Amino acid sequence: MGYKILKKRVLGPGSKLMEIEAPFVAKAAKPGQFIILRVFEKGERIPLTIARTDRERGVVTIIFQEVGKTTIHLGLLNEGDELADFVGPLGKPTDIENYGTVVAIGGGFGTAVLLPLVTALKKAGNKVITIIGARTKELVLLEDEMKKIVDEVLITTDDGSYGMKGLVTDGLKFLMDREKVDAVYAVGPVPMMKAVADMTRGPGIKTIVSLNPIMVDGTGMCGACRVEVGGKTKFACVDGPEFDAHEVNFDLLMKRLKMYRKEEQYSLELFKKRLEKEAV
Amino acid sequence: MARRLKLERTPMSKLPPEERITTFEEVALGYTPEEAIIEAERCLLCKRPPCVAGCPVSIDIPSFIELIKKGDFIGAVKKIKEANPLPAICGRVCPQEDQCEMKCVVGIKGQPVAIGRLERFVADYEASQGEVEIPPRPAPKGKKVAIIGSGPAGLTCASELAKKGYYVTIFEALHKPGGVLMYGIPQFRLPKEIVAREIDYVQKLGVEIFTNFVVGKTRTLDELMSEDGYEAAFVATGAGYPRFMGIPGENLLGIYSANEFLTRINLMRAYKFPDYDTPIKVGKRVVVVGAGNVAMDAARSALRAGAEKVTIVYRRSRKEMTARIEEIENAEEEGVELKILTNPVRYIGDEDGWVKEVEVIKMKLGEPDESGRRRPIPIEGSEYRIPVDTVVIAIGQVPNPIVPQTTPGLETTRHGTIVANPKTHATTREGVFTGGDIMTGAATVILAAGSGKTAAKYIDYYLTHKDEPGIWEKIFKGEV
Repeated sequence: MGYKILKKRVLGPGSKLMEIEAPFVAKAAKPGQFIILRVFEKGERIPLTIARTDRERGVVTIIFQEVGKTTIHLGLLNEGDELADFVGPLGKPTDIENYGTVVAIGGGFGTAVLLPLVTALKKAGNKVITIIGARTKELVLLEDEMKKIVDEVLITTDDGSYGMKGLVTDGLKFLMDREKVDAVYAVGPVPMMKAVADMTRGPGIKTIVSLNPIMVDGTGMCGACRVEVGGKTKFACVDGPEFDAHEVNFDLLMKRLKMYRKEEQYSLELFKKRLEKEAV
Repeated sequence: MARRLKLERTPMSKLPPEERITTFEEVALGYTPEEAIIEAERCLLCKRPPCVAGCPVSIDIPSFIELIKKGDFIGAVKKIKEANPLPAICGRVCPQEDQCEMKCVVGIKGQPVAIGRLERFVADYEASQGEVEIPPRPAPKGKKVAIIGSGPAGLTCASELAKKGYYVTIFEALHKPGGVLMYGIPQFRLPKEIVAREIDYVQKLGVEIFTNFVVGKTRTLDELMSEDGYEAAFVATGAGYPRFMGIPGENLLGIYSANEFLTRINLMRAYKFPDYDTPIKVGKRVVVVGAGNVAMDAARSALRAGAEKVTIVYRRSRKEMTARIEEIENAEEEGVELKILTNPVRYIGDEDGWVKEVEVIKMKLGEPDESGRRRPIPIEGSEYRIPVDTVVIAIGQVPNPIVPQTTPGLETTRHGTIVANPKTHATTREGVFTGGDIMTGAATVILAAGSGKTAAKYIDYYLTHKDEPGIWEKIFKGEV
């Protein structure tokens, strides 16, 4: 079974969208779930969140940031190329409830993960406000797509080049001061999710985060993705990827994400050198 | 008897230990045709052979050995394949010393006939001759069976059913079929090319394999049976869920489950990084916790991946170690150190979260516990620390919960294994059978294969008698 790339689109600097032909995954996927792919025969298995599915066409949309060897390699593939492997949907789907007012926060690239989630939250009757946070204007992702779905979109940029100047937590504080917030979803870099969790812990606002640890099989077999939640070890691939933000040990997660940093850098350098050679 | 019986078995050559630890190539080199015939001559060809009774898949052992004696190696492998589709695998990884060879009559006075080595020899001989002969396809029965998991149980069950004329699909979660044969058992004990070859044989029997298909996630068992037309299913998803001890510091960087460590090496080829993309951290000093076959595999893999010192830490004594004696010997020959009656109590990390020491405590043996083995008791005040770069935890696996959790009515025991009739392997869900480690708890390749074969027999029975009222109850109660 080939997993053909049907569409490729550049979303912003270093971030791309791809539509992949994967009918079984498209049919079964629910918000909050992810896939694991391998680009080629010698490739590693990497988890990516499902951004959108089209059951009729049997298509799964992934959005990724080109940060390492595998994602850069993936980004170099073109429409019509096939991925070696594509498996899913993995992980538990999000528990969708009618909370009232929900703030969905996407930090940088995490915004991609929010699309299916906010769609489901709206359908369940929630008032949904999305905060999209980015370093600078050109890194703001999916604003138009988001505006079509939710009640309000608030943009924050670190440098103030677009929307509100500041971090997503500044945006959240603004919203919490303005109105009653019943639940928060936060997806993005670990320090951002931690900061959001710290902010909502005091007022006791239910907060869910989607974690992105290193994984191999994604079906509970290896334990690479272990995270600490409420003092207990959990496997993010089968027990998550979503957890109660107030219970997550973010410091451990941050450390574990760095486990192969040296190897990742080495692999990336070699790959870049190879690309330069090929370009000559 | 015309000739005196040779009491000693024909030795099989192995790579020397110093050469072994520099490569992932296979350690045991196998018999030559001459050696195989000499060894086959030792068989008494018993009329009522006890060895067959010791084989979980009931291979007609004297018949295949007789064919070897005559030099008909292809005839011999065909004879084995009547009962076992995976001879090159089983000849390598079966614990023959506890099965066929334990019952061998020659073994009463001398060493038993090396049945496993002979099985391996004929399978390798056949492959070396080029195209492997495929038995003719039977008339199709027009019925579909779904096999969940492509490990030894699933492969055996699938080939048995294909040989009976069923349309069989295997669903595999990973990107390569083979289950534990692919991700768990290392190259130097079971070359992956051999696993691929035997899987290819199963496919040539007509079995279809879908990889990247997680039953319970990609599609549920219910969907396969109610929408996709599978009339029976065999759940053989194994015991692949790693256990941890739950002691402080277990999530420090550099601490692996044996499953992860071995999967990175075997399936993802991390030992070939950066040619392959998947990395692994081995470091110079490795501690492996546990003393089963998986622990030996992890310890020996660590040496080959560059570790300078590998220590196995085990809480009981040498007598209670569950690994095959041959594997313990191989590990010790290669320089693995065994610290018995020693148990980890906590791990100590550095400021970046990397493990740097394991604190262990000495143990003594007390009264036998429920497993019949003497219970290990900590000796208070005997704690000390071992400096480490990497730790591999190999204290056992439990069943993967994905299929039971997503299949209503499929009951499990408190250990997570699927409830099934021991004779027929029928579960609490009509049309669903099980076998291998998810039924029995972690066991061996050949027991899994045997259970796949048993299930195939009763799946055939069920599909033949499906329209009779109350048939499932009968099969579930074992009254057939």
